[in-house]
Amino acid sequence: MIAWTIYITFIGAVVLLFVPCTFARWIALITTAVGLVVSLATFFCDQIDLAHFTTIVRVPWVPMLGMNYHLAADGVSLTLVLVTGITALSAVLFSWDVEHRSNEFFFWLLLVVGGSYGVFLSADLFLLFVFYELVIVPKYFLIATWGSTNKEYGAMKLTLYSFLGGTLVFIGIIAAYATSAKANIGSALDLQALAQFQFPMQLQSWGFPVLFLGFAVLAGIWPLHTWAPTGHVAAPTAGSMLLAGIVMKLGSYAGLRVAMNLFPQGFQMWRNWIAALAVVGIVYAAAVALRQRDLKFVIGYSSVSHMGFVLLGLGTANALGVSGAVLQMFSHGVIGALLFAIAGMVYRRTHTRDLDALATMGLSRTMPFAAFAFVIASAASMGIPGFSGFAAEITILIAAWKAYPIAVWITGVGMVLVAAFTLRALKRSFFDSGVALTGGATSASFVDSGGTSSVSSGERFEPITLAEKFGACLLMFTTLAVGLYPKLLLDRIVPAVEAMRFLTK
Amino acid sequence: MSYLDLLKLASPEAIVVLTALVVLAIGLTTGQRTVATAVSVAETRKPASDAFDTTATASALCSFVAALGLVLSASAIFMLPQHAVLFHGMLVISPLNSLFKIISLALAFFTIIVARGDRFLPNRGEYLGMILLGTVGLMLLVGSEELLMIFIGLELTGLSLYILTAFDKSDIRSAEAGLKYFLFGSTASAFTLFGLSLIYGMTGTTSLADIGQKLSAASVSPLLFVGIVMTLVGFGFKVAAAPFHLWAPDAYQGAPIPSAAFIASGSKVASFVVLGKIVLVGFAPDAGSAAWHALIAGWAPVLAVLAALSIVIGNLVALVQKNVRRLLAYSAVAHAGYTLLGLVAGGRDGFSATLFYTTIYAFTLVGAFGVVGVVRRETGGDDLQNFAGLRTRSPLLAGCMAVFMLSLAGLPPLAGFFGKFYLFSVALRAGDNQGLLWLIAIALLGSFISLYYYLIVLKVIFLGLVPSEAERGKTSASIEMLPPPADFLQKSSLSVLAGIVLLLGVIPAPFVAWLIASMP
Repeated sequence: MIAWTIYITFIGAVVLLFVPCTFARWIALITTAVGLVVSLATFFCDQIDLAHFTTIVRVPWVPMLGMNYHLAADGVSLTLVLVTGITALSAVLFSWDVEHRSNEFFFWLLLVVGGSYGVFLSADLFLLFVFYELVIVPKYFLIATWGSTNKEYGAMKLTLYSFLGGTLVFIGIIAAYATSAKANIGSALDLQALAQFQFPMQLQSWGFPVLFLGFAVLAGIWPLHTWAPTGHVAAPTAGSMLLAGIVMKLGSYAGLRVAMNLFPQGFQMWRNWIAALAVVGIVYAAAVALRQRDLKFVIGYSSVSHMGFVLLGLGTANALGVSGAVLQMFSHGVIGALLFAIAGMVYRRTHTRDLDALATMGLSRTMPFAAFAFVIASAASMGIPGFSGFAAEITILIAAWKAYPIAVWITGVGMVLVAAFTLRALKRSFFDSGVALTGGATSASFVDSGGTSSVSSGERFEPITLAEKFGACLLMFTTLAVGLYPKLLLDRIVPAVEAMRFLTK
Repeated sequence: MSYLDLLKLASPEAIVVLTALVVLAIGLTTGQRTVATAVSVAETRKPASDAFDTTATASALCSFVAALGLVLSASAIFMLPQHAVLFHGMLVISPLNSLFKIISLALAFFTIIVARGDRFLPNRGEYLGMILLGTVGLMLLVGSEELLMIFIGLELTGLSLYILTAFDKSDIRSAEAGLKYFLFGSTASAFTLFGLSLIYGMTGTTSLADIGQKLSAASVSPLLFVGIVMTLVGFGFKVAAAPFHLWAPDAYQGAPIPSAAFIASGSKVASFVVLGKIVLVGFAPDAGSAAWHALIAGWAPVLAVLAALSIVIGNLVALVQKNVRRLLAYSAVAHAGYTLLGLVAGGRDGFSATLFYTTIYAFTLVGAFGVVGVVRRETGGDDLQNFAGLRTRSPLLAGCMAVFMLSLAGLPPLAGFFGKFYLFSVALRAGDNQGLLWLIAIALLGSFISLYYYLIVLKVIFLGLVPSEAERGKTSASIEMLPPPADFLQKSSLSVLAGIVLLLGVIPAPFVAWLIASMP
């Protein structure tokens, strides 16, 4: 049944090409909603053995070359399918107001979503790569057509970085394929079979870094992360949500599923480097975010920083750390999408994302819902207990303590920086404008400041729409639910991770 | 072997020749009366409507007859026996040859459709006749396994293409392109002929299979390598591999668009088929090795160097092109490089990967040139800015162009992606210890670079601003009387081509199976 997430999404995309614009958003909404329902149902129904990568569909595709149309799922992939469903639905809700070429917009959007479902469910190396590359071009058009600041540059940069990663992956995949095809194991591209296959050491030692780095480009690994902030900033709201929520996870998921599972010794050889780059990424991106003036740049760099945790978790090579990494993929998918959604909500009404400009507007008064959501999102992003970010990051840090104690100390600094830039952004965007929030003098001082900022306070922003409220509530609920009860996900993630062979014994 | 048998087995070629003659005759009888007015059509662009109608009817008739001939010829191929060898391999009928005859015919068919409605063609009969003769050349080329016949096929194709390139008498660039193509082409032919004669002198036979046997017994001599390299130079020219690619940009840009499409598709496919046969059957014993840790002299390292040069030069120069046809020309150089990879890898797998890639490439390029032709007729040029805002003017054509460009860039789910995966994986599997990795790394890097310029084309199409009303008003006055940019037939055939590219990407298995099954 879970395979229908892919089919429904692509069918929806094709249908969109043939219907009038007025129906476009409804079709997109129905498609993504069905996708979410299907993934939720599968996630909680336990029909599938989630501890192992269980086959769902397997049909010969190009038998001459050993390619199968082969889908499979375990706890890890289902977790990511779930976050894809959630993010996709809220992204559609947050692009309810797209009028300009809306068919095309939702067409590209659904292609990204469908391709992502495909990557998370593929159990054939070639199939996975097809879906992985399928996502590249839709991103370009989404950003270059409907984006904002410097959109063509941002779109091209992001696309070329993705494709560069894809090129590295290509080399790694055909190298693995050429080896396994010679060894005459039944199906040379089958991920289930390859996860048991012993690749020669020489291939692992150079194949792993090529393959993992290729995937990690999309996960925003330092120093190949620079596409992420520019791309996020240039993208339309839904585009940023998909990028942060789903696309960056494609890289980390594929790195885990393909690079680490196929080349376990190569992974052991290189994992210190992964952890080092991850730690640098966490601290560096957080420090850069501290100095940004554009709200979306702040969030963009925070994404890089959060993805650093994922990579650190993968680098620990123990079950706890990798499970934490998967949890962090889920958690950041939701939180990142929520942050960008709020930035989009603000930008749509104020037409600026400049923190200095926003500071004069007193948005907490004019947009209380957005302010509320941003407070929740910031708390989640900073890793306040009770939100999913905390659950994920604490898991990763505990695991990292065993493997890399020094990394944990440095990451601690990074976390302080994360808190600093998040609070700074929160204050500048919503709670500045001279409004004193202390004690009973609130109303008086508001009147005072009302005089100075009459220009901005005077204008009425259009109210937050119902669609936006639904979307934001969905994301807020998810981060809270997972934060309060992470066992919900971890019960399904941990067994699946423990079945993987790259863990340090 | 009676002549009747010969005629039966050569019936597909015979039908195309007959059609060419018929089309020429129609062009002669109907074109004569209107040729004076038709020239003035091109010059003043204000035709008297009745003269215009007569030319249009005659043109339509010519196109129809030509297309009919191609279809008949294709159906004649299905009537042939599975295997037959005539005159020591001069004409060989095998599943592979028949398949590529059909593909050549199909490419000619689409070229004729692309040529519909081009206004530089007052004497369409002659033009279509030339395309048909070129098609016969392609059929001979793919249907022969003997050096003399191969050379005749090369020449017949070449001469037809030179004329097709220089056909637009009103455009000086067409003449320049034709001359360049002719000079380069005849020099390359001389090289090939010299190389082939050396091979003949050493082996005493012109049949590829016999050459292969003789060479495996003979010791390696320097003269043999001279012969091989000279032959490869000629084919390097044919497939536009660097450094023999210098004619390509001018020919692609200057030639009438259908001619360019035919050069880029039909000629290229047939050249790769025959090059593959020559090196893999004829020169098989002297392959050598292009693996980086075990370099052995032979044709494989030569082809590997050609491939690497083509990929690097083609992709880098394509980056700065402002004209779409020139861009396609340089990308063609790069694609010739990718395609050579399969031959370097060698073996049945390598050959079938090469043939798969070159076939889908040919269909893609015919389609791309079809779109370029429509845009040129509409806006009067084929520079990048002429494509601006094509999406709003014709969403269908824009969509088709997107399919073609992304397939060339090698993105799924289009055929170009599978083709590249097939080629590169075969090349990496060839030999031991992944010796061709260096070449594949270059190819992948090249294909990474190529995405940029293909995306630039798409960016202009999908995001570029439509030319302003005033500008359009100026031009539309002068092209008012011209035929509509794309009629239903053209649009549907371009969609069919895009559909083929998509379908071969999603379901490549049947075609791959067919290719592998028909390998010698």
